[in-house]
Amino acid sequence: MITIIDYGVGNLASVQNMLRKCGVSSQVSKDPKEIARAPKLILPGVGAFDSAMHKIDELGLRSVIGEAATNGTFILGICLGAQLLLDGSEEGNLSGLSLIKGKCRRFDEQLIAPLSIPHMGWSDVVFVSDSHPLAKFEQAEPRFYFTHSYCLSCDNPENVLATSRYGIEFTCGIASQNVFGVQFHPEKSHSFGAQLLINFARI
Amino acid sequence: MRRVRVIPVLQIENRKLVKTTGFESPSYVGDPLNALRILNDKQVDEVAVVDIGVTRNKKSPDLDFICQLAGECFMPMAYGGGISSVEQASDIFQAGIEKIIIGTSFYKTPALVEDISRKFGSQSVMISVDVRQNWLGKQKVFVNSGLTATGYNPVAYAVMAQVAGAGELLLQSIDREGSFEGYDLALIEKVSKSVHIPVVPLGGANSISDFLKAIQAGASGLAAGNFFVYKGPHRAVLISYPDQQTLVEKLYTKIE
Repeated sequence: MITIIDYGVGNLASVQNMLRKCGVSSQVSKDPKEIARAPKLILPGVGAFDSAMHKIDELGLRSVIGEAATNGTFILGICLGAQLLLDGSEEGNLSGLSLIKGKCRRFDEQLIAPLSIPHMGWSDVVFVSDSHPLAKFEQAEPRFYFTHSYCLSCDNPENVLATSRYGIEFTCGIASQNVFGVQFHPEKSHSFGAQLLINFARI
Repeated sequence: MRRVRVIPVLQIENRKLVKTTGFESPSYVGDPLNALRILNDKQVDEVAVVDIGVTRNKKSPDLDFICQLAGECFMPMAYGGGISSVEQASDIFQAGIEKIIIGTSFYKTPALVEDISRKFGSQSVMISVDVRQNWLGKQKVFVNSGLTATGYNPVAYAVMAQVAGAGELLLQSIDREGSFEGYDLALIEKVSKSVHIPVVPLGGANSISDFLKAIQAGASGLAAGNFFVYKGPHRAVLISYPDQQTLVEKLYTKIE
């Protein structure tokens, strides 16, 4: 059973829909007690960094998610949800969940030129380590759907799980023990996304 | 290698899949849910569904059916047709749709796009810029299923859409719709030069080489209707999508 954290930001229906297709049972919750005892959490998210952190704080979920991570609960952040796992973002002023050290940085327009921001579309993803439980793919050259203007950036290179390219190489997956984040949308990435979610469910 | 989005556009009316030519004479071509299942199997990049019936008949979006469509989509999906309020947009996003396409409502109430863009992010709003030659031979933007002239030229209208908070533009040539004559490359070039948001052309695509030409003219993604719905010289109804190898060889690797 995977619990999808509902803090009023993000496309819960798509995540639930894809999990259902994968045969993985899930529930949606914003109840701190339910979230605290969930064995596995997905933190989705779309929109601006500060408004998301503001809502997490309003619901009293910052410490709940933090404690769950400390207690070994497996957590997967998706898109903005992955960005929230870091210490902060150039997009906002509020501090993130600080479960992985790093900050989100905006794509450098000059470096990616003539491409423009946001990065919207499919890109090939390279997992740094094949042995990571999320990185097991039956099909070669997994590709995923992205839509973002800010990129994950880890202080510690060991936390980089996956990279992709959009004019420049950027980090699109992060991991620290039981906490994972992906910048792309597995729930909208066909069989590749399904495989990643199944991998998460099987851990 | 850079991938660009290749987007089938499905038209629906009364929950049926239809296809028009030049925005007229819709013909029944099948079941939209079945079409989406086929497009899932073919692992399409993204899909857009436009309900031409609700705009024509001035009805609200068919939310129940939109939910059913979203339930079949394991790729990003855009929905367009009859959206005229923030609440409707919110309901559609809740259903699991990433993007909405706004046409007539932007012309009538530009503030609506500003509100939706501010609340849900510009990436969630695509504005449809439907272009047709008027009787003087000038290209102008039309709304209301191509029936109402706005008097705006496409470039001015595209800039207005960008300023209002559109995340991308669906640049549609009404004259080319269903024509298989290729995209209007001059139009793509003019519009994409004047905005910094992605421009996705629609209308006229007949081959992958048309896709490549559109990207070279400045498009960021590629949309087509008939190209994905009809096959062969007799235009038999067959939902299709180029396979990865073809896209990589004939499109992605040819793009700078």
